[in-house]
Amino acid sequence: MDLFYGYFLYAISLVTIGGIYAILTLGLNIQWGFAGLFNAGIAGFFAIGAYSAAILTTMPTDRHLGGYEMPYIVAALVAMVASGLIAWVIGKICLRLRSDYLAIATIGIAEIIRLVFKNEVWATNGHRGISEVPKPFEGLPQPWNDLAFLAIVGLIVLAVYLLSERAHKSPWGRVMTAIRENEPASHAAGKNIETFRMQGFVIGSMIMALAGAMMSHYLKFINPAVSEPIASTFLVWVMLIVGGSGNNKGAIIGAFLMWFIWSGTELVLSTIVQNIPPDLLSYLPADLSVRLAYVRIFMIGLLLQIFLQKYPSGIFPEKRPIAR
Amino acid sequence: MLTVEDLTMQFGGVKAVNKCSFTINEGTITGLIGPNGAGKTTTFNLIAGALKPTSGKIYFQGQDITGKATHQLFHQGLVRTFQIPHEFARMTVLENLMVVPPNQPGEAIWNNWLMPKKVFDREEEVKARAEDTLDFLQITHLRDEYAGNLSGGQKKLLELGRTMMTDAKLVLLDEPGAGVNPTLILKIRDMIARLRDERGYTFCLIEHDMDMISSLCDPVIVLAEGTVLMEGDIHDIRQNKAVIDAYLGGGAA
Ligand SMILES: Nc1ncnc2c1ncn2[C@@H]1O[C@H](COP(=O)(O)OP(=O)(O)OP(=O)(O)O)[C@@H](O)[C@H]1O
Ligand SMILES: [Mg+2]
Repeated sequence: MDLFYGYFLYAISLVTIGGIYAILTLGLNIQWGFAGLFNAGIAGFFAIGAYSAAILTTMPTDRHLGGYEMPYIVAALVAMVASGLIAWVIGKICLRLRSDYLAIATIGIAEIIRLVFKNEVWATNGHRGISEVPKPFEGLPQPWNDLAFLAIVGLIVLAVYLLSERAHKSPWGRVMTAIRENEPASHAAGKNIETFRMQGFVIGSMIMALAGAMMSHYLKFINPAVSEPIASTFLVWVMLIVGGSGNNKGAIIGAFLMWFIWSGTELVLSTIVQNIPPDLLSYLPADLSVRLAYVRIFMIGLLLQIFLQKYPSGIFPEKRPIAR
Repeated sequence: MLTVEDLTMQFGGVKAVNKCSFTINEGTITGLIGPNGAGKTTTFNLIAGALKPTSGKIYFQGQDITGKATHQLFHQGLVRTFQIPHEFARMTVLENLMVVPPNQPGEAIWNNWLMPKKVFDREEEVKARAEDTLDFLQITHLRDEYAGNLSGGQKKLLELGRTMMTDAKLVLLDEPGAGVNPTLILKIRDMIARLRDERGYTFCLIEHDMDMISSLCDPVIVLAEGTVLMEGDIHDIRQNKAVIDAYLGGGAA
């Protein structure tokens, strides 16, 4: 029974983090799936959300900036606005340039953001990170606290999904798609390409920050690892591509699926390592478990290849609405 | 309605348009003809704001529009089509038309969440207009097809259809008949005439199909090597030795 309960708690945490990834992927879907904007710095916006929420909601402490003790919702809104503002500045500089510049710029910005969070110790407590971030419902007994948090994540996923779905089917979404499909023709149809792109970029980045805020409350702890590109940029891209870019349902399914696989590989690989006979282990490199982390990335890459062979436009390809 | 003054466009060493000056009068269907590479499409790109001229001026309804952005000109009533069709490939044919009309409240994202009724009402109008246009072009059966799957000629029709989705003043048509079958060309011809008569559009029409030019256009401007070689009535143009040498060839007269 205890073992079962342990699995149950593990399952809740798996689905909760899967849900947070679903929010991130929905954000990327607005940028890439709708607007065709290549954001290679998702981790940066995610981290802005995570750190803003952490700093704004924690109790006073001298380890880092904080003590504002803001309500969750206010903190999340501020986090989103901060992320949106940064996206706006990047957009102002890059959106009028050729599209590859945006990719380069976002990689750079995300890296700068990571370094700032790592090195501005007075504000962020450096690599030791911010702990004791409050978590909604943490007073409830186990497992109800986790279930209640999961419910919030679920509601946010649903809300973002519904708003995004509505936007995609709307004239706004139509213009976004048109711009992605053919710039000169959209221009000739009187659309201000820069404005629309900016909207997609800013809104997507705000949603990413919301996911970051949720992550920081969920873990009750945040350190510069949230801005590592592997788990916060690369994986999100894989999620969207596997699920089907341009399709909100696909973004959500892709996020959960890849998150389960990603967590599963960790479980499988560590089980394998633990069960290697000691005499065999002496032939293998000593830092095996560290190296296995890279095997995971390799496996995800391989899986992506296999998926793309079978589903070239993702599991749920983009569908334009047929007007009745 | 539109005046072009000493317009010049230089690409590296090539002067695609070279001190070109002409006027398009309101209510006319002005033909723009000339050999391949004469600079006709480039002239359109300059007028429509897709390119910024090296030098020269463009006036539209008395206002200097040189270097103005394409989308701004659209809202002033200056609309263009492309020689190579520019469809929105992964959107349906109906959507390709519905995207065009101005004043769509649903293009502001928040209106879709906050004022769905207002968005819906306008959407119905836009859809009705798009369906009328499909009807007019006789491609209603392609309504829900992805535009990328259309044939070359069907894409040309769609290109034309987009100009009918707004209340344009001046429409620049770049070879609307190229690659379209003869009966449809006749239809397009009638449609252009009707749009001029019924909606008061002014047209500037690039075509290599001389039947279409002679039945529709007055006056006709002949471009060669980026400048106006001759301008006038199609009958005079057909008699002109320079035009025959440069473009029409001996048999055309
Ligand atoms: N973007 C560009 N860069 C360099 N050269 C260009 C560019 N656009 C056009 N040209 C050149 O300008 C000249 C005029 O081209 P344009 O497309 O205007 O011809 P056109 O009169 O429309 O010909 P056609 O009847 O074949 O359509 C050509 O020599 C072409 O190679
Ligand atoms: Mg041309």
